[in-house]
Amino acid sequence: MTDTLLRIADLNVSFSTNDGDVHAVKNLNFEVSAKETLGIVGESGSGKSQTVLALMGLLADNGRAQGSSIFEGRELLGLPTSELNQIRGSRISMIFQDPMTSLNPFIKIGRQMSFVLTGHQGLSRRDALRQCKQMLDAVHIPEAQRRLDMYPHELSGGMRQRVMIASALLCQPALLIADEPTTALDVTVQAQILQLMRELREEFDTAIILITHDLGVVAGLCDRVMVMRNGECRESGSIDQIFYQPQDEYTRELLAAVPRLDFEQPQPQDTTQMPVPTKKDDRVILLQVDSLQVFFDIPGPGIFSASQTLKAVDGVSFGLVPGETLGVVGESGCGKSTLARGILRLVNVTGGRVCMLGNDLGVMSDAALKAARSDMQIIFQDPFASLNPRMTVRDIVAEPLQTHQPGMGSDAVFGKVAAMLERVGLERAHMNRYPHEFSGGQCQRIGIARALIVEPRLILCDEPVSALDVSIQGQIVELLIELQASFDLSLIFIAHDLAVVQHISHRVMVMYLGRVVEVADKHALYTNPQHPYTRALIEAVPIPDPQLERRRLNRGLEGDIPSPLNPPSGCAFRTRCRYAKDRCARERPQLRMSGETAVACHMAGEI
Amino acid sequence: MIRYALQRFLGAIPTLLILIGLAFIMIRLAPGGPFDAEKQLLPEIEANLRAAYHLDEPIYQQFGRYIYGLLQGDFGPSFQYRDHTVTELIMSGFPVSLRLGGFAMLLALIVGVSLGTLAAFRQNTATDYTVMGAAMTGISIPNFVMAPLMILVFAVYLKWLPAGGLGDGSIRNLVLPVIALALPQIAYVSRLTRGSMIEVLRSNFIRTARAQGLPMRTVIIQHALKPALLPVISYIGPATAAIITGSVVIEQIFGVPGLGRYFVQGALNRDYTLVMGVVVFYGVLIIAFNFLVDLLYGWLDPRVKY
Repeated sequence: MTDTLLRIADLNVSFSTNDGDVHAVKNLNFEVSAKETLGIVGESGSGKSQTVLALMGLLADNGRAQGSSIFEGRELLGLPTSELNQIRGSRISMIFQDPMTSLNPFIKIGRQMSFVLTGHQGLSRRDALRQCKQMLDAVHIPEAQRRLDMYPHELSGGMRQRVMIASALLCQPALLIADEPTTALDVTVQAQILQLMRELREEFDTAIILITHDLGVVAGLCDRVMVMRNGECRESGSIDQIFYQPQDEYTRELLAAVPRLDFEQPQPQDTTQMPVPTKKDDRVILLQVDSLQVFFDIPGPGIFSASQTLKAVDGVSFGLVPGETLGVVGESGCGKSTLARGILRLVNVTGGRVCMLGNDLGVMSDAALKAARSDMQIIFQDPFASLNPRMTVRDIVAEPLQTHQPGMGSDAVFGKVAAMLERVGLERAHMNRYPHEFSGGQCQRIGIARALIVEPRLILCDEPVSALDVSIQGQIVELLIELQASFDLSLIFIAHDLAVVQHISHRVMVMYLGRVVEVADKHALYTNPQHPYTRALIEAVPIPDPQLERRRLNRGLEGDIPSPLNPPSGCAFRTRCRYAKDRCARERPQLRMSGETAVACHMAGEI
Repeated sequence: MIRYALQRFLGAIPTLLILIGLAFIMIRLAPGGPFDAEKQLLPEIEANLRAAYHLDEPIYQQFGRYIYGLLQGDFGPSFQYRDHTVTELIMSGFPVSLRLGGFAMLLALIVGVSLGTLAAFRQNTATDYTVMGAAMTGISIPNFVMAPLMILVFAVYLKWLPAGGLGDGSIRNLVLPVIALALPQIAYVSRLTRGSMIEVLRSNFIRTARAQGLPMRTVIIQHALKPALLPVISYIGPATAAIITGSVVIEQIFGVPGLGRYFVQGALNRDYTLVMGVVVFYGVLIIAFNFLVDLLYGWLDPRVKY
């Protein structure tokens, strides 16, 4: 690995704004050798994306790059667009974070891929399409020929990212830049995509720059790592150096923030801080959910064909005692968010009962339901989209008070909002600001303050940290644990990743296609998972330990979650289960006790 | 798709009935009547006239009679143009207006979309400001100012084109009225296109296309144009319906015998059947074009499913 492919020297990127110049990248130097994989790790705003956008000539209009970036002997900065266009897409290609918005929703997959070949290599449409098909095969997309005629929205998130990768590799580039390629994906799909990148790197001899906020992701893939913060390089070195002998304080912080599932983390504060839930035999059940069903009617394809039923939640039962946290985990489309909405009656429930402190929410009048809702609040996934951008923080946090305690005087409201903001780690002075002035983590704190202001008994957290950097995720989880203790809250914490819920949950429930496949106390679930799906979810979480990670091969799940409109017969998981037998296709397994665990699998205890 | 079309067709019926009902009542509530003239009619004659046109019946009976006629495609006789039925009047004016309006809309689409795209691509440059300045001017100068100016320059001074009338029906006679009719539309369409194009050029998939090293021509034509056209399409639908039913001002100034004058004359003369005929005709066109727009949407945007 001696021949240098890319050499960045004294790179500076600045943006001219109304408040003066903002320096996003400061005096950055690094190199990438041929066939090498470099990880660039940093939090949002560290300048890691702007670095690569600068050398691709993709900075926003008010951005300016200075310095030098020499690729295969040519200076990229300041190159006219026409010459740059011969390099990008051909010698350097790039894939992006969100494969849904990064593919053109208006053009068929095959057609938008073929532009790359017709543009760079002057191929005919037909030849281009044939090569596109071969490349889709190479990234393991089943039925590649048929996919060429599909639109992006007809594919799953993982498939879309494979299409992105396939487009990027069409011209056999020397360098592939991947900007947070797995951040928007489920943890199982993330494992698949990382595995794919490992394979393709060997197959195409491509150097890779992998940009991510998650050190766990780089462990299994990268040769070298550069850690960035505030536009500067904090530390760079071989992967083993960074993980085993980090020199910089900030690197150590980032490493500590990555949740690990391969061993129980030593957390001395655990016993003192984690509130112990009230014992079940106290007979105080805060929330009781009995065989909850939420079905949606989807119009059929023909004129007279009957509408189809999508069983988003199909018979979920559980109870929650005061002070308890239930983690709910599953891939996108498993019905976990619909479950939360069903409990709160934000969607119409098809069957089953939800009782809050013994009162059936289903038979309540609208007024009673409104009153009951002051005990049940929700925090949403996207911290920006769930706050009204035209309202001040004060109005946002005070809004539930106006609904549930309309008689409260404005001084009292002011005092309460101020106290709550301080309680969630914000400042009183933030009250008159607007959401866009805050970071993602701060916005989520505002969301928490809004939920807590009416002093609820229960908060449903619908993927509250999925959109945040790993380092911020930990802070939000810690905040929730602390608030739980002081307000005696019960929490339902939804995530697609078992690593995230490990620290906060007392019990964990794993869902697949609208049904519960396993539910157990935290310790039992993580140390002795019974259901093959739970095991796959645990295996999919990357381990922030390069040597261990390199040894783990081909883990996780194949394929995508099946369509909930047409679920497999018997056990819904059998199509992706390596233990599946004939019986699994015939009989649907019911939840039954296996040791301390309730599990829905015919072979529980045997595998 | 067929189910959707059927739903839309059935949904249009009550809309149309409400429209007809409202127009039917409003025109009769307006002061004056179809037989008021400077020369006062004898009461017996007027009574006879009213009886002949069934105006002496109770209003619900008139309404029923009118709907019954409509169902058979009969708009009734004109009160003012005594020898013609309303159907004949509409059918004499509509082809002229359709030709004029159709060309004008086509011109507006081609020129407006091109200018808007150019302005978006060169956002905040001299080109952008020039195009948008011209568009603002096009919107703010009323066509009763613009049209005579054009006649003055191109017909009177330069003598390139005829000043008015359809003449022998050649295309030369249509040039000036079509341009005069298209100018404000060009302005609207280019502003709409610019706005949505700027939005689209900022989206992630355009960034992908640029990262793939595609030439700007491919990026704009293949990737950006279709999504950028969506808001333009939803404007074009109703605008086309309005324009092909004739513009009073343009048709007057250029002496073109289109549909536009019947709107005004019918209303002024309290020619109940003529006003009703024009309103129903216009209503049907608006509904039809909005339906076409929705179908176009489904064709342009694969995520839209009917």
